[in-house]
Amino acid sequence: MQIVVDLTRCQGYAQCVFLAPEVFELHGEEALLYNPAVPDDQLDRVRQAAAACPVQAILLGEEVSAGAR
Amino acid sequence: MPDDLREGRIVIVGASLAGLRAAETLREEGFTGSLTVIGDEPHPPYDRPPLSKQVLLGRMAADAAALPMRRDPDAEWRLGVRATGLDPVGKQVLLADGESVTYDRLLIATGTRARPWRNADEAALDGVFTLRTRDDAGRLTERLAAGPRRVLVIGGGFTGSEIASACRERGIEVTLAERGPGPLVGALGGTLSMLAAGLQRAHGVDLRCGVTVTALRGNGRFTGADLSDGSRIDADVCVVAMGAVRNTEWLAEAGLAAGPRGVACDAGCRAFNMYGIVTDDVFVAGDAARFPHPLFEYQMLSLEHWGNAVTQAEVAAHNMVSPEPARRPHLAVPVFWSSQFGLNIKSVGVPTFSDQVVIAQGSLDERRLVAVYGYRGRITAAVTVNMAKWLEYYQGLIETAAPFPPGPGAADGRPLVAAFPIPSNVPDPKGLFHGPTVALTGYLPDRRLTVVRPAD
Repeated sequence: MQIVVDLTRCQGYAQCVFLAPEVFELHGEEALLYNPAVPDDQLDRVRQAAAACPVQAILLGEEVSAGAR
Repeated sequence: MPDDLREGRIVIVGASLAGLRAAETLREEGFTGSLTVIGDEPHPPYDRPPLSKQVLLGRMAADAAALPMRRDPDAEWRLGVRATGLDPVGKQVLLADGESVTYDRLLIATGTRARPWRNADEAALDGVFTLRTRDDAGRLTERLAAGPRRVLVIGGGFTGSEIASACRERGIEVTLAERGPGPLVGALGGTLSMLAAGLQRAHGVDLRCGVTVTALRGNGRFTGADLSDGSRIDADVCVVAMGAVRNTEWLAEAGLAAGPRGVACDAGCRAFNMYGIVTDDVFVAGDAARFPHPLFEYQMLSLEHWGNAVTQAEVAAHNMVSPEPARRPHLAVPVFWSSQFGLNIKSVGVPTFSDQVVIAQGSLDERRLVAVYGYRGRITAAVTVNMAKWLEYYQGLIETAAPFPPGPGAADGRPLVAAFPIPSNVPDPKGLFHGPTVALTGYLPDRRLTVVRPAD
């Protein structure tokens, strides 16, 4: 599964950083860095982070499959 | 063909953020016909912003940034093949492999590419890079990991500054050369450019402004560059970050209002033809589009913004399958962000559409501030540095054409830190290495005339 964070919307509340620190981190005071490719063992945490985001900026989903023609 | 096109064939040219979000929206809107997405890169849609940040820092792999789908758009993906032409009469997109795809409605979402170094032989030197695609990012990261002695970045726009930031964080010496008076000046004007310049120098960037790069040197392998002030930079990696070129050449024979500034369209994303007549079967979204915005005196805007690609693609897709009275305008206020040197910079509105700027909260010294931009007494933009939570508030002021400067109490109740608005000093983009990512494609509003003269 992949994530993308709408950083246009992100206001640096950092709920995701508390809930899934292996995927999300703050770089400085409020710049968010994250790993778009979510390891399976982090999926539950990332789902919680997406649900908890006060501005609902985290989208979790499948990528377009490479075999599609 | 009915206006509400529930059947029929839709073709999207461009398989990045705008193309993907448009495809999903078409299905959400109930489009059940055939949908084809054409992309010149071999990869499924991926996210570009991490390429100049997490990827260069070595925190994630360049090929790990695939975009998640909101829903499967059930599209035929023609990836790794370039669209080479458009036949608007026969309603066909021509492809580089000789095939063609027929459409009833077409969305152009071909975006931009990195502007290459002007001398092709010098650009071909080993060690000279641009950064736009995930393949670019992969190659550059590999070279940074090898521990170059020095990196030369040409261009002090957002991409160039983020690259310089990543290099310093990795402990690599970096020189940044910018033809204009300072980094980020094209997008943010003079005041915040001073902040950016101070920040870069404090982080050890060898910043050279007001100079041009006259030649890249090397014998097969890049070894350094000559600057217009007579100095020479010895470096083993060069990143050309001189802005973007819109991918519109493939439309040269299509009879559309397409050119270097993008494809002109109305507020409903319908492309204009070369006579300025709006088409009803060709739509545009994302970085390739050039559209009028009522908040900025209907000037045509070209935006290279993530958020604009999403919202404009959604509006375009909605309008492609909706009858006339149900169509929507694309009126979103431009927003973008950049993170560099540990700071989070966000912008709302169009800072280049301004004649004055005032620091409404925070200060340059604290490196935490809100700069508010005005044009003829109304607020047209705001930029936050590590104060992103305020952005929405100022967006409201922009949308309601609130008076500039904002009164005491307009923000956090404190008196304005710098009570005196000063000129926003937005330079003519012609004098910059970095193309501004928010381009007013008509005129700068504080200049009374547009001077037309041949290029030097």
